[in-house]
Amino acid sequence: MSMKTSNRQVDGVTIVDCSGRITLGEGSVILRDSVRELLGKGNKKILLNLGDVNYIDSSGIGELVSAYTTVKNQGGELKLLNLTKKVHDLLQITKLYTVFDVKDDEAAAVKSFSH
Amino acid sequence: MSAHRVSYTLDSTLDTVNSAEEAASQIATEAGFGDEDVMKIAMAVREAAVNAVLHGNAYDPGKKVTVDFERTAQDLVITIRDQGKGLDLAKVPDPLAPENLLKTSGRGIFLIRSFMDEVEINPSTSGTEIKLIKHVHGTAADGEEASQ
Repeated sequence: MSMKTSNRQVDGVTIVDCSGRITLGEGSVILRDSVRELLGKGNKKILLNLGDVNYIDSSGIGELVSAYTTVKNQGGELKLLNLTKKVHDLLQITKLYTVFDVKDDEAAAVKSFSH
Repeated sequence: MSAHRVSYTLDSTLDTVNSAEEAASQIATEAGFGDEDVMKIAMAVREAAVNAVLHGNAYDPGKKVTVDFERTAQDLVITIRDQGKGLDLAKVPDPLAPENLLKTSGRGIFLIRSFMDEVEINPSTSGTEIKLIKHVHGTAADGEEASQ
């Protein structure tokens, strides 16, 4: 299953609902383009909902890191929501779990962005 | 001791990465591994195939990637070879070092080592061979050769 994204706006935060696989090739490119497009439109508060992402490889992890640093470097915030166990475990063993701001409740996550 | 062996010769494309991953998932399932181990084996094979296609063969259409699966009574052994210039292991950074945490690449070999029981990496000037081993306690199957 390839990756798909759709965007929602909640209280000034763009929630990107992701589904499928974030892997080398199409999945990583879709995520990259999605984040770049949001930044281009001035949307710098981004919550990546990974609840339906069932697989991610090292390229996908790299793409998440790239998205995080790109948004941060432009003065924005990028947070992760609803990690599956697989993605959670991958971020744990790569020591990235503490780098990302990871949330498991959408409303609380939206409120956590600086307003 | 009888063994079950399958060998694939694949092009240096992203399709190869997906094919290797799918084959690994199927063979690991047939070998009796549980879902979590199947996922780990398939992901390790995917990462090794990515390294072979991208960093080894650099998408060169004249170069091939070979993937061998061998199942014995004790182990599932997967060997992936490319025809590149050979990986310089000294240049592979530690992805857990604080200065590397925010790098966007360099985690593949780390994940492979995390997911498999044994990993051997043998670089040479004619390519890199990586052997991935997962211990298994299943029934041995008859020998078989296949190619693609």
